Amino acid sequence: MNISDIIYPVVSLGGLGLIFGGGLAFASQKFSVKLDPLVQEVNDALPGLNCGACGYPGCSSFAKAVVEEVASVDGCPVGGKSTAEAVADVMGVEANVGERQVAKVICNADNKKAKEDFDYQGIIDCKAASKFNGGSKSCNFGCLGLATCVRECPVDAIHITDNRIAKVDPDLCISCEKCVKVCPKDVIDMVPESQEVVITCKNEEKGKVVRQKCDVGCIGCQICVKACPFDAIDFENNLAFIDYDKCTNCHVCVEKCPTQAIEGDINKRKKAEIIQNKCIKCNICAKACPVDAIEGEVKEKHLVLEDKCIGCSICAEKCPKDAIEMKKRK
Amino acid sequence: MLDLSVSSLFAILVSAILVNNFVLSRFLGICPFLGVSKQVETAFGMGMAVTFVMSLASIITFVVQNYILNPLGLQYMQTIMFILVIASLVQLVEMVIQKTSPALYQSLGVFLPLITTNCAVLGLTILNIQENYNIVETIVHAIGAAVGFSLAIVLFAAIREKLEIANVPEPFKGFPIALLTAGLMSLAFLGFSGLV
Repeated sequence: MNISDIIYPVVSLGGLGLIFGGGLAFASQKFSVKLDPLVQEVNDALPGLNCGACGYPGCSSFAKAVVEEVASVDGCPVGGKSTAEAVADVMGVEANVGERQVAKVICNADNKKAKEDFDYQGIIDCKAASKFNGGSKSCNFGCLGLATCVRECPVDAIHITDNRIAKVDPDLCISCEKCVKVCPKDVIDMVPESQEVVITCKNEEKGKVVRQKCDVGCIGCQICVKACPFDAIDFENNLAFIDYDKCTNCHVCVEKCPTQAIEGDINKRKKAEIIQNKCIKCNICAKACPVDAIEGEVKEKHLVLEDKCIGCSICAEKCPKDAIEMKKRK
Repeated sequence: MLDLSVSSLFAILVSAILVNNFVLSRFLGICPFLGVSKQVETAFGMGMAVTFVMSLASIITFVVQNYILNPLGLQYMQTIMFILVIASLVQLVEMVIQKTSPALYQSLGVFLPLITTNCAVLGLTILNIQENYNIVETIVHAIGAAVGFSLAIVLFAAIREKLEIANVPEPFKGFPIALLTAGLMSLAFLGFSGLV
């Protein structure tokens, strides 16, 4: 082993690197272009992946568009809320962003729950199948489960279950909306990530027809509309809609829906808990509670009745002393 | 003694442009060929950028090979050395273009830094060494390769501009027809194979 075997390569490569580095440093001075410092700052706030999900060729072009006020500060779907806030901070505007939106298949009717009209043996692709009499599923508004969205998804966040229906993994979803665009049935929507209660039906037909075709379709009974304590459910075209801004994930509609067309895990419903040493016994929470789940008068000990509480977190918002915590049920 | 006979230099030039066209016969540099060929103007700009990088890279790698690698017996470092040279050159070209032609800089976009990993440039420099070219032949070969690349990408861009308004069957629209076109162009260039 000759020491020069190490010295020569190291010196020659290192030397060349130094020469080129010096040359580039000199050139960057000589050819420096005055960039808008604002563009640079916005660019620094972006993730720098150059993925193009914003519709611009890369992060720097998006940054330029933001500075020119062509693009909005929350235009980067990958960076989400934190990036939008950082960009808005640089631009000196208020970031008007909701939380991260994830794709959601608005249909729960797998091939056990919805009837098939015929045996489809064509190309395994939703677009092809939907051209043929709207697909084999009797309901014309449902997920065909032939994986067109699975193939479109750049991050493998969608899979087809054994009973042939698409499911999105919200943790993997990057909000690129490619599946929303490619779905021929228009059955994928963007839903806020923390939204636990979702009406999973798009069928606009009359209740009787829906009932014949599918076990879990919305039959337009409007029970949920009446049951919702927050007026968060609207009704249109024989279908109920949740206004996600108003919804508190209280799961009342999930309990009431006669056809289980509203998705939501009642076990995930939160419950309010009063932290007694912070509580000043003002009774504001008890008055605000839509279901009278807090007992105790003014100057008495307040308690949450666990079996009545729907976890809507209204009391926690109203409490002047932040003495109410929303906790997961065990 | 340098062999400077005009006929052999001409043979190298024609061979690099037409017979062994880097894109259409050697299949090097396909990425910018497909990526920056939507408009003739940007395709031409890309061709010029590649020409600049290729010519300079050939000269510098020739010097590096013959005066650093060969005397020190470091031929195994060829790839990393050449990539170092190419990467530095691309950075330089990027700065120059950004300064002199912002519009071109915009339209080349991400493909400009991608010349760094453009295998046509690395392929050219390594071929120069493999063919045992002297410095003049190296320069001629580099110019030929660059002209060949520019020719291919500009022709392809011109065809793609026409394809934009052509009545292409739905499933072939966009990229599929571009790939077919590239294949047909490659076939056409095979016709030059007996030339040199």
